[in-house]
Formats: sequence, structure tokens, C-alpha cells
Amino acid sequence: MLVILALILAIPSCLLASETASKSVILSTTTSTQDSGLLDVLVPRFEKKTGYGVKTISVGTGQALLLAARGEADVALVHAPSLEKKYVAEGKLTNRRLVMYNDFIFLGPANDPAKIKSTRSSAEAMKRIAASASRFVSRGDNSGTYALERSLWKTAGIEPKGPWYIESGQGMGATLGIANDRVAYTIADRATYLALQKRLALGILLAGDKPLLNIYSVMEVNPANGPRINIVGGKAFADFMVAPETQAVIKSFGLEKFGQPLFIPIAGKREEEIGG
Amino acid sequence: MELIWEGIKQALVHILTADSEVLGITLRSLWISGAATLLSLAVGIPIGIALALARFPGRSFAVSLINTGMGLPPVVVGLFVSVFLWRSGPLGFLELLYTPTAMVIAQLIIAFPIVAGLTMAAFQTLNPNLSLQLLGIGASRLQLLWLLSKEARLPLLAAVMAGFGGVISEVGASMMVGGNIRGQTRVLTTATVLETGKGNFEIAIALGLILLLLTFAVNFLLTHIQQREQLRWPKPS
Repeated sequence: MLVILALILAIPSCLLASETASKSVILSTTTSTQDSGLLDVLVPRFEKKTGYGVKTISVGTGQALLLAARGEADVALVHAPSLEKKYVAEGKLTNRRLVMYNDFIFLGPANDPAKIKSTRSSAEAMKRIAASASRFVSRGDNSGTYALERSLWKTAGIEPKGPWYIESGQGMGATLGIANDRVAYTIADRATYLALQKRLALGILLAGDKPLLNIYSVMEVNPANGPRINIVGGKAFADFMVAPETQAVIKSFGLEKFGQPLFIPIAGKREEEIGG
Repeated sequence: MELIWEGIKQALVHILTADSEVLGITLRSLWISGAATLLSLAVGIPIGIALALARFPGRSFAVSLINTGMGLPPVVVGLFVSVFLWRSGPLGFLELLYTPTAMVIAQLIIAFPIVAGLTMAAFQTLNPNLSLQLLGIGASRLQLLWLLSKEARLPLLAAVMAGFGGVISEVGASMMVGGNIRGQTRVLTTATVLETGKGNFEIAIALGLILLLLTFAVNFLLTHIQQREQLRWPKPS
């Protein structure tokens, strides 16, 4: 059956083989860069400048990193520093460079049943939510936001379990919608929150704690990860993301629509210098 | 409710102003699913006819396979096609993943069992004596197939509609093998998912309505062709 399938698959491919020249770069990235609209601005500029065509695959950060590590993508733009460093240490991804950051925020109902508004510590907020068994909606996927949430639970020394802990298994936008409907707490990246703000009754209850920094990096792919990786194209995109012109575009992105920038460019900086 | 009105309004604005992005997405949906449906006819109709008319060992097993295939979950198809088309996969050398071709392939796999199953049913409902009569008056095998197909054309058109309806409305496989890339593989269903994620519900509703209109237009056309024949009942006088 599989052989027949393969044959069926191969026939139309010959007819349209020309549409995939080696001039295309596969970018694996997280949903927030796409959902915020940032890539709609940056990708055409890159394509115009270099002549490459970009295929943007926006999935959760975990999957985006895995695709790059398997050699299914040429460059990765993601936001889970601890996970990224693991892949870099294993040699699967190389040349990790910081691109931009914003922050994660705690959102919740205005009456704040767990009283997290009065704390400045994200770990303490987690403890209070768990102690009061207030509803909390988790991404429950392999995203960068979920990685952050897990690390906060770990810091708080809590393994969340119980009917109050809801795993959506969906993207940030859908998860915010669920939290809004169920009148629950959740953690979101600021860019997605701002994009959806007008539909949400949830308010920002905690922000600005150091562990809540949301740092995006770009990484190139080790040529040994698989066949047919576009190394040159991947590097060109990574270079583009940290170039001064691109960083200037990132700096002003969102100002017009939201009255504040969605991302703060940080190319060339070290992780310790950020946030301050 | 206000949201739905806003969506309808946006849909009309996009249609009337022929918004180039929305138009591009709509045409892409139409040609990808149209191509997949045409190919699924080429694959599915012969299989359906063979299953209906031929007797061979393992036939009932094959029929069960096709019947199962009629309910093939698109995400499963998407997953398998992705694995085959990955750079590291057996067909990676074709570099097809995240292209419209990959979407046509996935949709073809979704649609052909539907077409085959309904074709089989169409031919099985024909009176068996018809074949005997046609052969009796000296029809060749090819002529026999042609005449039987003509006889079964109404349910065959239903098979076309079901196949097309199955793939144009499908999102799981298109998302996985196409990647929802702007200007390349973004179709109405994947764009709807994206706009919902972005919180642009008006645009999402507008895209959904355009999808409904498109499906309706195609089905209306096919139904028109199908039902034209049906009007020839003698009028009671």
C-alpha cells in the first residue's frame, strides 16, 4: 500500500518540481512572531533584499526547535532559552543570537481570587493560585510559554494537578479565549495579549518579574542534521534578523496599532544585560 | 451577534473590492482543491468501477479499505504525507513539503476513497441485466463501461461533489503539509485558523463565509448539471 502511495505521490510532483528552487529558506518559528504580524513585515523585506523566498512554519517553540534539529528547517526563531541552549550544547543548532524580547504577563479576572496582584514574585503568584485552587489555563503543549510556565511551577515547588488546572493544548490566542470564558488565570506573551486585548475581560495582574522575560533568539542549523539543508539561506536570514535596519523595524513595530512596541530589539547584547 | 454582522460586512467588502490577498487565497483554495478533486476522479472512479463490477479474491477486504478510507481523518493523512515528504523522509529529494503540490497530494489521498466508494455504490445500484443486454447487442468492454458510466452519471456527480466538499473544507492536512505560508500555501481554511489565532474574528468570519459561498457556487453548478436530467418526467396532463 505504501509503495502505491509513494508512486501516486511522485507523479504530480514531477509536474510542479520547478516551484521549489534552492532559493527558498524554511524558517521554523513560534506562533507569536506570526500572530503578532511581525513576520508579515520582516519577511517581505528579507525576500526583497536577498532574493530568497521564505517558507514560514509557525508552530510551538518545542516543535520549531525539533524541526530545525531534524534538518527539516534551515533557521529557527524561537523563545525558550533553556531549551535552545540544550540544542546548541548538543550541536544540533549553532550560532544562537539574541534578536528581541518582551515579557510574559499574568492575566486573570479583575476580582483576583488568588490575590496575586499584591505580590511582585511570579513564583509566589503560582503558589497563591495553587493554594486557592483558582482556575488556571495552561497551554499544555510544547511551546515556549508552556516551558516558562513549567519552570515557574518548578521554582514554586508545585506540581499542578486538580480540576482547577486546565490544559488547553492550543495556541496562545485560543488559550486566552478559554481563560477569558472560564474566568481563569493564565500566562501569556505580551505581544499576543495586546493583539487580542479588545476581546478580553482579563487584566494584567503581575508583570515585570525577572523570570518573566521573554527572549527571542535566532539559530542556524548544523549541516549534519540532515540532507538538503539550505545553510547559506538560513544564515542569511539569521544575519538579517540581527542587522541594524531590521532591529530598527522591530523597535517601531506595533507602535502605531497598539501605542507601544511589541518587541524590544536586543541584537548584540548578552542575556544578563536584559531587563535590568 | 454584532461580530457576525461585522463578519458579513467584511466578507462583502472583501468580495466587492476584490481584495487581492483574499482573492489570491480564494483562487488558491479553488485550484488546489479542484486539482485534487480531478486527480481523485482519475484514481477513484476506476477503482470504484473495478470494485463494483469485478470479482476477485480479497475484494471484500478492498471494499472495506475503501469504506474506511471514506472517513480518513485529514490530520492523519497530513501526518503521513509530512513524514514521507520530510527532507529526511523517503520522498524528501522531491523537496515538496510546504508547497501547493504537497497539499494537492494530501487532498487527493483524502478524496479518492470518497470518490471510489460512491462510484462503487453508483455502479452497484445499476440493474445487472443492463450489462448483459449491452453485451448482448454487441458492445465492446470499453463501450460497456462508457454506457454504464452514462447511466450512473447522477450518483457519479454526487461523488464529485462529496470529494470536492471533503477537501475544500479540510484544514488539518493542509496546515501540516502546506504550512499556511502567505502567498504560497495559505488557503481559506488555514487563513481562517490564522486570523482566529490573531484575534481578527471579523476577518476569520469573512473568510469562512467566502469559503461557504465558494463551496455553494461549485455545488450549485454541479447540481445544476446533475438535476437538468431530472426534469424530464412527463407532466401529468
